[in-house]
Amino acid sequence: MTDSAAQFEIDMSGGVLKLIPRGDWRARYLGKLDDALRDFADDSVGRDLVIDMGAVDRLDTVGAMMLQRTMHSCSDRGSASTFVHAASAHEALLKQVEAHLEPCHVEPVHGNPFVAVVNRLGEGVIDTYNAAIELLSFIGLTLATAARVVSRPEKMRWAATVHHMEEAGLNAVPIVGLMSFLIGAVVAFMGAKILRMFNADIFTVELVGISVLREFGVLLSAILIAGRSGSAFTAQIGSMKIREEIDAMRVLGLDPMEVLVLPRVIALVIMLPVLAFIAAMLGIIGGGLVAWLAMDISPALFMVRFQETIVMNHFWAGLIKAPFFAFVIAVIGCFQGMKVEGSAESLGRHTTLSVVQALFLAIVIDAFFAMFFLEIDF
Amino acid sequence: MTEANNTDRRVIEVEGLKTQFGDFVVHENLDLEVRAGEILGVVGGSGTGKSVLMRAIIGLKPPSAGTVKVFGEDYYEADDDTRQAIEQRWGVLFQGGALFSSMTVAQNVMAPIREHLKLPEELARDIAALKISMSGLPEDAGSKYPSELSGGMRKRAGLARALALDPEIVFLDEPTAGLDPIGAAKFDDLIVNLKESLGLTVFMVTHDLDTLHATCDRVAVLAEKRVIACGPLDEVRRTDHPWIQEYFSGPRGRAALAAKAS
Repeated sequence: MTDSAAQFEIDMSGGVLKLIPRGDWRARYLGKLDDALRDFADDSVGRDLVIDMGAVDRLDTVGAMMLQRTMHSCSDRGSASTFVHAASAHEALLKQVEAHLEPCHVEPVHGNPFVAVVNRLGEGVIDTYNAAIELLSFIGLTLATAARVVSRPEKMRWAATVHHMEEAGLNAVPIVGLMSFLIGAVVAFMGAKILRMFNADIFTVELVGISVLREFGVLLSAILIAGRSGSAFTAQIGSMKIREEIDAMRVLGLDPMEVLVLPRVIALVIMLPVLAFIAAMLGIIGGGLVAWLAMDISPALFMVRFQETIVMNHFWAGLIKAPFFAFVIAVIGCFQGMKVEGSAESLGRHTTLSVVQALFLAIVIDAFFAMFFLEIDF
Repeated sequence: MTEANNTDRRVIEVEGLKTQFGDFVVHENLDLEVRAGEILGVVGGSGTGKSVLMRAIIGLKPPSAGTVKVFGEDYYEADDDTRQAIEQRWGVLFQGGALFSSMTVAQNVMAPIREHLKLPEELARDIAALKISMSGLPEDAGSKYPSELSGGMRKRAGLARALALDPEIVFLDEPTAGLDPIGAAKFDDLIVNLKESLGLTVFMVTHDLDTLHATCDRVAVLAEKRVIACGPLDEVRRTDHPWIQEYFSGPRGRAALAAKAS
């Protein structure tokens, strides 16, 4: 067998149209021949065709398909059309592909693009509406479950709750603390630079104190926990959903709300205020350190000034938001986990959604609190 | 069992294979040969490393000792060009089909064609349609995403992709697992049919006794970390080993045999 490149000849002698393929008719050598062969098929419409396989060295399904395609390129080839001189292995291949020449669609079938756009817009609106209703139902269900467990405390899963308190709370202390410390320091630096222009260095204390206590401490903790624990809740519950563990729980008479959701929600509602407190303290330490090193405001002076100007209101205004953030983050994490269906792809999508929605809602709630505190002059 | 027969070309040669995960040894001193043009069924209890053996042969699980040769080349020792050449000569059907979920079935089949063969787009589409149809999928399956297919159709689509480059060896990991008996029987027929018309060598991991009877030329039994018996089904069935006896003479084994006889 010589490895001569694939080619074909057309022989008209004897009044019969004869196609003589030669050489190695395997897929990798046939790219150049495709167009020529299609042209030949178009030109020979309606005529008898004999394909002489005698000179073909090697053949694979692609070569066989191309020859069969040429043979069948129109339905009205005469009955004298046939393959001749085919080796038995080649004949088997030709036979095998003959029944499978129908083309098929490669891309998914799309309808009218305008209709598709309107469709997707409509779907988006309805999906958002449904998702909002579902989320509200889920919040309701969580509260109802909480109420039921309060009335029957033996149903409370203490072990799971404490586990999640450790996982989502205690283990997050180093990262939350470090981040808050750095943010406090950054705020102090920025304040120092501008306030010095007005000879008002000492106001750095108020700047750091108020911003960290009211907003940064709690909001940073919430953002971190949404990314760290909200997504983890979705992934945990979602993968249980995929493996049908949630269904197994239901048929065994275990309430997933009670077993999975409530311990997570309670754990976060308890731990986020603690984290926010730690964050606030470390933020102030960070700010104080910068004030001392960069602006010669000694720690003693910082403390005195702090006690004089910062009222407890700022502290409470920050901390009171923490449980609300925690509730939203935990509930959305669990809710999105419960909405996971089937595939790992869905798990990924819902994990992303969980973080995005939790952050969005946490900041919306924060804005509401800000307006509320402004109105009541807190 | 593996008596030398010089007319048989050996396309897969496994010698003294040892694979392990950490300290857990899956195979030790395992020998196996696959001859060109045969369907070899690999059976064994759960956890005996059938799939691991397949992965060791197709280059996904480097052995800790021994050699694995495919087409006479050691995949793990070969340079990149040789590896690529080997990869184009085999096709693999994973258990769940392992279709790329972001592509339609036809795009899945076209993926290796586009990557390895420089062919006009139109011809690539024709090839995809051919392979999809040969795998027994309906015409409209080409434009569907894997998530829209049933388990059986996904396996067929996976087979279509495995056949995309006209491979010489096809590896099948439990091709009939999870299919209903009718679908499984059709899949068996499909494999035998393709093997005969395309001259394929098939390496098949399976649990399915009916599939063994319907398709396999030879059967290799994995137990005790090695191949304890390898040969034609009738020969293997007579081997005096407790697991083999239980496997082939249990109620399911007898039923499959009766089905074959009738």
